[in-house]
Amino acid sequence: MKSLTSRDIAMFIGLVALVILTGMIQSWNVALGIVNMGLISAIMALGVNMQWGYAGLFNVGVMGFVALGGLGAVIVSMPPVGEAWSAGGGRIVAALAIGAAVIAAAVLVWSRMGKGTLRAVLMIALLVAGFFVYRAVFDPAVAAVEAVNPAISGNLGGLNFFPSAANTADFWVLVSWPVGAVLAAGAAWLVGKTALGLRSDYLAIATLGIAEIIIAMMKNEDWLARGVKNVIGVPRPVPYEISLQNDPGFVERVNGFGVDPVTASSIAVKLCYTGLFLAVLLGLLWLAQSALASPWGRMMRAIRDNEVSAEAMGKDVKGRHLQIFILGSAVCGLAGAMMTTLDGQLTPASYQPLRFTFLVWVMVIVGGSGNNFGAVLGGFLIWYLWVMVEPLGQLLIGGITAGMTDGYWLKEHLLESAAHMRLLTMGLILLLVLRFSPRGLIPER
Amino acid sequence: MERSLDLLNALVALANFVIVPAVAYGSQLALGALGVTLIYGILRFSNFAHGDTMAFGAMATILVTWWLQSLGVSLGPLPTALLALPFGIAATALLLLATDRMVYRFYREQKAAPVILVIVSMGIMFIMNGLVRFIIGVDDQRFADGARFLITARDFRDMTGLQEGLAIKATTVLTVVVAVIVVAALFWFLNKTRTGKSMRAFSDNEDLALLSGINPERVVAITWIIVAGLATIAGTLYGLDKSFKPFTYFQLLLPIFAAAIVGGLGNPVGAIAGGFLIAFSEVTITYAWKKIAGYVLPAWEPDGLVQLLSTDYKFAVSFVILIIVLLFRPTGLFRGKSV
Amino acid sequence: MTGGDYGSRGNKDASITNPREGATLTPSPGTGKASRKHEAYLIGDGMTGGYGRGGPDILHDCTIAVNEGEIAVIVGPNGAGKSTAMKAVFGMLNLREGSVRIGGEDITQLSPQDRVAKGMAFVPQTSNIFTSLTVEENLEMGAFLRRDDIRGTMEQIYGLFPILKDKRRQAAGELSGGQRQQVAVGRALMTQPKVLMLDEPTAGVSPIVMDELFDRIIEVARTGISILMVEQNARQALEIADKGYVLVQGANAYTDTGEALLADPEVRRSFLGG
Repeated sequence: MKSLTSRDIAMFIGLVALVILTGMIQSWNVALGIVNMGLISAIMALGVNMQWGYAGLFNVGVMGFVALGGLGAVIVSMPPVGEAWSAGGGRIVAALAIGAAVIAAAVLVWSRMGKGTLRAVLMIALLVAGFFVYRAVFDPAVAAVEAVNPAISGNLGGLNFFPSAANTADFWVLVSWPVGAVLAAGAAWLVGKTALGLRSDYLAIATLGIAEIIIAMMKNEDWLARGVKNVIGVPRPVPYEISLQNDPGFVERVNGFGVDPVTASSIAVKLCYTGLFLAVLLGLLWLAQSALASPWGRMMRAIRDNEVSAEAMGKDVKGRHLQIFILGSAVCGLAGAMMTTLDGQLTPASYQPLRFTFLVWVMVIVGGSGNNFGAVLGGFLIWYLWVMVEPLGQLLIGGITAGMTDGYWLKEHLLESAAHMRLLTMGLILLLVLRFSPRGLIPER
Repeated sequence: MERSLDLLNALVALANFVIVPAVAYGSQLALGALGVTLIYGILRFSNFAHGDTMAFGAMATILVTWWLQSLGVSLGPLPTALLALPFGIAATALLLLATDRMVYRFYREQKAAPVILVIVSMGIMFIMNGLVRFIIGVDDQRFADGARFLITARDFRDMTGLQEGLAIKATTVLTVVVAVIVVAALFWFLNKTRTGKSMRAFSDNEDLALLSGINPERVVAITWIIVAGLATIAGTLYGLDKSFKPFTYFQLLLPIFAAAIVGGLGNPVGAIAGGFLIAFSEVTITYAWKKIAGYVLPAWEPDGLVQLLSTDYKFAVSFVILIIVLLFRPTGLFRGKSV
Repeated sequence: MTGGDYGSRGNKDASITNPREGATLTPSPGTGKASRKHEAYLIGDGMTGGYGRGGPDILHDCTIAVNEGEIAVIVGPNGAGKSTAMKAVFGMLNLREGSVRIGGEDITQLSPQDRVAKGMAFVPQTSNIFTSLTVEENLEMGAFLRRDDIRGTMEQIYGLFPILKDKRRQAAGELSGGQRQQVAVGRALMTQPKVLMLDEPTAGVSPIVMDELFDRIIEVARTGISILMVEQNARQALEIADKGYVLVQGANAYTDTGEALLADPEVRRSFLGG
């Protein structure tokens, strides 16, 4: 497999130039902010590219896996709320165990008993009875947990038993990223097992549904991650601006460069994130590239290009599909966990399908389905445009309306609506690329 | 006597809180799912832009409604939006035909795989979503006028002497009546007219339709026009019944897809059945049954709301029903027949 | 379809894409060079070509023709290009040389649909009925291009295939194999064609049904409609044929009347099993 042509490298260089230009014209803070989210977007695009590019699986629930990753980040990095645990933590765990046991029992009844009405009746009775038992244990426990200091917690908290002191980097947070990936992988296993195990694939609608359910759960289950009350102050694996500003050594050094310490601290923090994210992205990219070049990758593509003959040759198509679906979703979960760490907060209401599912698809298609470098380029480029279209749109509309008198309704309306240019632009870019460069900017090779 | 009154009260409460809302919601879903299923049958892909098409149609209708209202035009007890509907449909049809001409047709000529059209429809979704937000904004818009209620809960209580009231909103009745008319007209068109039959023939066997002299581009154009009608009507009815907010239309995509798939994609009867199945399940499972339980089992005093799932989980209901149906009947409830 | 710029990448997700086959007919672009070697009412004259733009040639200077009211049969071993020759006449093959004419008019550049309008009707070998439509609707769709009263033609077809009249309100997909073939032929006849082209009409039906179907085909030919037919059952087909074409590797091997071909010892030995 050939990796990159000079044209591809030129595009990457162009992208870097764009960022540098933004840094020089606007500010380095903005530019680095774009870079950090761009890196995360690139990882999401890598995950979707594994599913769609390698295997032709259509995942429209990216948002759900990203959100689960964020949940993983919170559960691992937040300190536990001791009071809440003593109020009802044990009972919640018990209720969840009951729920799992009921489902397991129902599956057992279904698979072990002979076909017939008795089996169906027994299974339904088991599920209904189990549901009420579960609710009877679960509901009061949740009420008790959510009553604990609801203004700042009201949830069980996380697994960070030895949090570092306030405003210092906490490297335990790094553990939360793979945990986020594992959570997403677990959900993907459930979805994939169901939707890919049917007579034909029903993956798209299943992922669409599960994503909405995951978001509903995160908004609603306050005991878990405070629901719409949001979790804020998630610990970071990098230093805090305020501690840098209070560090005389740091202030002295940046003063030497002639930079204001406040700006410098913020840039330094962002650079730390950039380093971390870049390391993760490069690691993943290396893994993805070697996987694609390995016998496994060749088999995946053989299955994609001719499923019938691959099946005839004894390849386990369903198993491979499930595998790649789980892997891709795990990568999305990883990106989600990283994003929550970067934001320092989890806000379930901010997960919108257009932003977290369909925009990632635009990244993959524009970058080039089936090419990992393409996915990275697409992720970066589309994120850059997503951020920059808004000010550019304002500028454009400002230019158009400059001739109109102030207070004219059309002018007011246009200026107000300029913010929505971004969606229009993304749609337009997707359609233009599909039409004139259907294999994307860096096509599969 | 006391007991039978209790049961009567329970029945009225059931009608008021479950049956009436579910019938209205089911009609709206059914109209939406019909549009999705028609495109799936004729153009062979699921249109991700359908929710936003509904939003666009409703928006066009709202703009004309406002204009009519500013002219002082009114339909008396009926909402003015009804008068604006044909204009909304026309605008949406023009938009869809233009989209087809500029975007989709190219991929038909290339004989692109249907899944490419799904991705294309994502692009259209972004554009339409942006367009609607650009023109009318993201906020709630009110455009309902005319009579609010056919019968209010208080009137019903006074009339019957029951404790429970049954409120029937004018928009609910309107939704059901319009849906029945639209569905009847659609079925008449598909089964009785030459053009309708040619659409069914096309969705059955494209090559043979071609060999019979049926013009595929004409079939596709008519499909888009019908879809524009269905989407605009569904969107406007939903907006009248609840309220117009672009984002909620986008969110309707899941229940609409679920309805179409549960019914059997490509099958109009299935789309309608699926719409009502999803609507009734959503309302039943997320309704707090405490009140009705109080009438039926006065001895049992539950401490909770007797709500199976919080309303936030209504998507879960569509989803679970979908999975159950697919596990036992992979082609949906109504298989075999297409468009 | 998985490859190409707009391939499916192997995606078969039934919740977003309809598994139904789309249009597969690709109109031939025509040859640009008219040639005139033989004459007949409908003639595929000296055809050379294959599928797709760069595909290998399947037909080599192949000529197939039929005159008014005649039955012409194309026979030959498997892979001889029998169906391909017929598809070429109907405009579904990229011809590089040769021409197709009907009633003296060159139609090499016309699309299959336009050839229907010129009086040609084609019954494909498989999926040749609208399974979800009723028998009567199938016939109506056959007459889609006609603007006049079609009831007379429909009565004629019910006269030809009485069983279809009894089943006219049933979905065509529910009928037996033989009845489905009758619907397929009936649909094609509804355009009141001058030429009826049948691709292996008796494939997969029982011998009794086959005899019955051949009888009906003779009846149709007696009304003045030309029949061009590809047949696997060479002996029976040649028995009713006015003209027979034996194709080998996409080229004419023997051409004569059906009777003469049946009598030709060479043909008998090689193609009719002695």
